[in-house]
Amino acid sequence: MIYNNRKYVIRLTFILIAGIYLAKLFAIQVLNEDYEAKANSNIIDREIRYPFRGLIYDRNGKLVVYNAPVYNLEVIPKDVQLKDTLAFCKIVGITIEEFEEKMEKAKGYSYVKPSVFVKQISNTTFASMQDYLVDFPGFRVQARTNRAYTYRNLSNALGYIGEVSPYKLEQDTSNFYRQGDYIGILGIESKYEKQLRGKRGVKYKMVNVRGVEKGSYKDGTYDTLSIPGENLQSTVDISLQEYAETLMMGKRGSVVALEPKTGEILTFVSAPFYDPNLLSGRDYGKNYAELAADTAKPLFDRPLMGAFPPGSILKTVQALIGLQEGIITPYTRFRCDRSIIACHGPHTHEDLQGAIEVSCNPYFWNVYKRMLNRGVSENTFVDTEIGLEKWRNHVMSFGMGRPLGIDLPHERGGYVPAASLYDKIYGDNRWKFSTIYSNAIGQGELQVVPLQMANLAAIIANRGYYITPHLIKSIGEDGQPLEEYRTKNYTTVDKEHFDVVVDAMHQVVKRGTGSHRAKLKDIEVCGKTGTVQNSQGEDHSVFIAFAPKDDPQIALAVYVENAGQGARAAAGISGLMIEKYLKGCTDRPHMEEYILEGDFIY
Amino acid sequence: MRENNQLINRLDWGTITLYFLLVSLGWLNIFAVVYDVQAEQSIFDLSLNSGKQLIWIGTAALLITLIMLVDFRFYNSFAYFFYGGIILILIFVLLFGREVAGSKSWFTIGAFRMQPSEFAKFATALAVAKYLSQNNRVFSNLKSQLTLFAIIGLPAILIILQGDTGTAMVYSAFVLVFYREGFSPLLLGIGIAAAILFVLTLYISQVYLIIAVVVTAFLLIGINTRKTKRIVTISVAAAAVISLIVSVDFVINDVLKPHQQNRIKALINPNGDPLGYGWNVTQSKIAIGSGGMWGKGFLQGTQTKFDFVPAQSTDFIFCTIGEEHGWMGSALLIVLFVLLLIRVTTIAERQKSSFARIYGYSVAAILFFHFAVNIGMTIGLFPVIGIPLPFFSYGGSSLWAFTVLLFILLKLDAHRMQVLTR
Repeated sequence: MIYNNRKYVIRLTFILIAGIYLAKLFAIQVLNEDYEAKANSNIIDREIRYPFRGLIYDRNGKLVVYNAPVYNLEVIPKDVQLKDTLAFCKIVGITIEEFEEKMEKAKGYSYVKPSVFVKQISNTTFASMQDYLVDFPGFRVQARTNRAYTYRNLSNALGYIGEVSPYKLEQDTSNFYRQGDYIGILGIESKYEKQLRGKRGVKYKMVNVRGVEKGSYKDGTYDTLSIPGENLQSTVDISLQEYAETLMMGKRGSVVALEPKTGEILTFVSAPFYDPNLLSGRDYGKNYAELAADTAKPLFDRPLMGAFPPGSILKTVQALIGLQEGIITPYTRFRCDRSIIACHGPHTHEDLQGAIEVSCNPYFWNVYKRMLNRGVSENTFVDTEIGLEKWRNHVMSFGMGRPLGIDLPHERGGYVPAASLYDKIYGDNRWKFSTIYSNAIGQGELQVVPLQMANLAAIIANRGYYITPHLIKSIGEDGQPLEEYRTKNYTTVDKEHFDVVVDAMHQVVKRGTGSHRAKLKDIEVCGKTGTVQNSQGEDHSVFIAFAPKDDPQIALAVYVENAGQGARAAAGISGLMIEKYLKGCTDRPHMEEYILEGDFIY
Repeated sequence: MRENNQLINRLDWGTITLYFLLVSLGWLNIFAVVYDVQAEQSIFDLSLNSGKQLIWIGTAALLITLIMLVDFRFYNSFAYFFYGGIILILIFVLLFGREVAGSKSWFTIGAFRMQPSEFAKFATALAVAKYLSQNNRVFSNLKSQLTLFAIIGLPAILIILQGDTGTAMVYSAFVLVFYREGFSPLLLGIGIAAAILFVLTLYISQVYLIIAVVVTAFLLIGINTRKTKRIVTISVAAAAVISLIVSVDFVINDVLKPHQQNRIKALINPNGDPLGYGWNVTQSKIAIGSGGMWGKGFLQGTQTKFDFVPAQSTDFIFCTIGEEHGWMGSALLIVLFVLLLIRVTTIAERQKSSFARIYGYSVAAILFFHFAVNIGMTIGLFPVIGIPLPFFSYGGSSLWAFTVLLFILLKLDAHRMQVLTR
């Protein structure tokens, strides 16, 4: 044959093409691993198994926070066949415009994959629409849970959960959260998020190109079960909390009660308050906006954030520091010289106990002067500065001037004035005792939050130490609070100096500056009033107390805004709280009436 | 009886083994495509494609017997008769056929649908073999060449009219046969160069290509300026090349149908619209690429089974091999095909009659075209042209047509000693 060599050219062409294909196949099958990942993302549908969030109980084992079922209506746009859109909207409870907007969004996400159409349909709404759903192909219901609350109280401490924000998602380096997940936003829900959230499980399913399920992936080898979050036991006595909130109805302020020995918080009221159920569920956004716009600021957590001068209750601290420093003894007397600072009530020349009892301003003016001007320096200015820093050190050991470290976010620390502050205001060496003497009686630049006042009551009740106040006493089966809530913090004042102050506080309630409202029949109550001067309106009413005197079970601080003297509203509420907690009930209906009426300015 | 025994002994069993291997593997893979983990299924279930394919395989065996029983001279003598008959059927289908997926290339007998264009291939191969073997020096005679191109052009045009451009393109494979028989490699080279240029214009800007052509032309002229004739030739060639480049846009935008335009776009950049025109190629590559070296295992594939790949049991059957059997499986299949192609050319070369040799090369060319284009499109080296993988893809028409095509050659081969050299 002629052209005989052409048969080789032809065969070579066959082999050449085959070679090219083998090389290309090698490249995409063996060298490139992207295709495997793409294939998996084609067929694997991750179904998240959401864990149950941990429950929260009160100190007596009453259930406070639990999970209630809610339903998400999901849509697969491809399968939707609506004969009567209007009827559908009516049943689901949305408008036609909302329907179209949601549908656009769902289609934008995927035509074949399910996406959430209406979020958080309540149990009752779901029950009424359940029967109709069969008539609406393309829609299906996914059960989720939301937080629900047995009591309408304690919202300021419990906090709430909500969808994780884009910012949080970005910060979440452990990649725990996905868009649409819930996360604790405030309060205990936020602080104990790690313990409460549990661990999500995942089920891998295979789906075909239309999103139809085709069985489990690799027989469920990679599937994991969800692990429920840990249950928390709170230190709060929910009945006492409920009672305190009732008493604070219509008022502004806070009630913080502690068990002194353990630092466990028994009540934690911020008034005005709101029903925690408002910030759970479908109307969260609307309700939140309303609460945020309320001029009474219900979202402002007063026990943690409402800093103001402590007023006369600080006199107990001044007395203790004076005793520790040795500048006074229990028998030291000062004349009630009302030309240096105003005072009230008929008294002239008290000793320490008496001065606390009648809350004598000139007495503590003198104590504070001795403290600041010890004569360690020739220069009055320098001398005052040294004295102030020493005093500040003592005060801060009482848990003031810095956040105590409660297990809640956004705690404020108040302020104990430092020399640097006065240097800034008046200039270096331009201030001395006469410039800053208001601190002597708890006015001036000193600021505390109600939690710190309750902690002060606990310190005096404990005769010199405190355990950082906390809201959770047991995590899971552990039975223990977090590590930091198990150690005692001692003040700089020795134990033996406390007795005189305790006795004085006992006398305050028994026969001192009023405070008969906190006096109880069989219980020795110790207390101290405070009336915080307020240039904007009526003074704020303050009272700290603990009881019984010799084996204190409860220490508390009550603070009512614009309610005048501490002996009225605050002392009254304190008395009722102690009675309720120690006896389980109150038998002073006239006092309850007085408090509920809320007419304290007269 | 004795003669039959002799026939069996004279058959080329190597080719038959390869045929059997390919058909069996194809059948198993068709089952793998339809296999549903959740349902208990039998490969023999007649409601499944695998069960139906088994019927096609059985009937193909009958066809083989029939081919073997007919006298070998019949195929030569009746070559034009076959060709004429199939052309009439193609015209008939065009007029009265049934439209399936945009192609009016089917006609229906009872529950069965047939695609006559598949059978036009072997008929055309017979006619080409007959014409070339009867006319010496065809390639130095323009009239004979035109007749030859008309023989392959007529069925191709009818098939294009049916709306099945892919099948029509198979007829270009005959160029390989013509090359073997003495067709000028220069013309072939020009054709290939034009094809390469066409592809280049898809990737490179027109302006750069035109500049390159002009520069090349000037360089060529510059080397040898004295001969006017050469200057004219080069200038004409350059002008032709430039007009080809310019015409590409026109061809793509105005001559090709939108779905054909998209197939070219998908070839160049499948990621341009992975959910639209790029879907087929993207998903096909994902299926094959996810197979890795050894594959996911028989019936363990997911991409084809869950319908991510289109036309999984017909045109994209190769995806199942790639996914379930990996590179090793793909390589085995490709090697089987190359062995078959080389075997067929070897058979063709040993024929004494030029009719049988030319027919043999036609068989090789048609199989090669199908093999190269089908696998090439699944791995993104070729635009998507809907033609089956011989012996492998699901479908009675294509299996029968390829079986007839191949076994006529084996029948002719079995009697090669009975032919006197002309």
